[in-house]
Amino acid sequence: MSLDQAAREKLVRALAASMIEHAEELTSLDQAIGDGDHGLNMKRGFEAVLATLPGLADKSLPEMLKSIGMTLVMKVGGASGPLVGTFFMELGKALPEAPARADLVAATDQAINAVKARGRSEAGQKTLLDVLVPVQGVLAGGGDARAIAAEAAQAADRTTPMLATRGRASFLGERSIGHMDPGSRSASLLISAAVAALEFEAIS
Amino acid sequence: MSNSSSGNVGIVIVSHSSKIAEGAADMVRQMVGSAVPLAWTGGDTDGGLGTNVAGILEAIETAWSPAGVAILVDLGGAETNSEMAVEMLAEDRRGRVVVCNAPVVEGAVIAATESSGGSSLAAVKRSAEEFYA
Repeated sequence: MSLDQAAREKLVRALAASMIEHAEELTSLDQAIGDGDHGLNMKRGFEAVLATLPGLADKSLPEMLKSIGMTLVMKVGGASGPLVGTFFMELGKALPEAPARADLVAATDQAINAVKARGRSEAGQKTLLDVLVPVQGVLAGGGDARAIAAEAAQAADRTTPMLATRGRASFLGERSIGHMDPGSRSASLLISAAVAALEFEAIS
Repeated sequence: MSNSSSGNVGIVIVSHSSKIAEGAADMVRQMVGSAVPLAWTGGDTDGGLGTNVAGILEAIETAWSPAGVAILVDLGGAETNSEMAVEMLAEDRRGRVVVCNAPVVEGAVIAATESSGGSSLAAVKRSAEEFYA
């Protein structure tokens, strides 16, 4: 997969649009079990990313991802900034300029491990890892764009009955059950936006 | 936000609320005067409730001491953002900044009191963390 400048810009705009369009939904999910700022925070972060275009898309894919990650770290606020920002930064560090699927599999694994370390968390605690980990499994297993997007959506849905043991929702104990994790929802939206923008089937 | 450049361990207060951070800093000042480098930061980059890495980096710089800096945080995002900020410091400073696992107000007062006596960074962190342990 080699992304030219136009494709890189398309990817950035798709990621940002997914967060900006769903900001209210994410905030309302976060009002149920968190501190109610997730949508606003992610929107602020991706608006800051958009503000770095068009120069951002002039960078190589790895450099662009690192730059997106750094902007998110600095602008999102809340724990999501370092968590999502770290994911992008580590992807950028691990990916070659023209990644094959095997490179994506390895890089996403590395990025997920960095998110685990940053949050001192594992899958099963009702966090974005509950989307990232199973989606990475589908990617590693050879799933196509449709399978990846479907798993992202289903994995976010599966956080609804989970008990939160990490993050602000863990303060609520059993009252966290019955609400979708906002960080899982935003991760799912970003993944769906990315595979749609990338015309993922072209990746061999 | 700071008015000391002594050799004592610096204290940084990070809260989601700038009012809490500033108020905790006021309490620290009342206890230890200007014997300890002190800085606070609170709120997201838009001024709402939250924490942000840039503000934390700035506070670490303000409270910098060769003896190191102890950071007191309130809730999860403050901790995650503080750890991120520490990792972004220059290598020679990174090992001299710690995030304390202690309540932000009480921890800041205890940590600053310990620091004002010339204690090491490890002793400052231990005092803050052991107070309620």
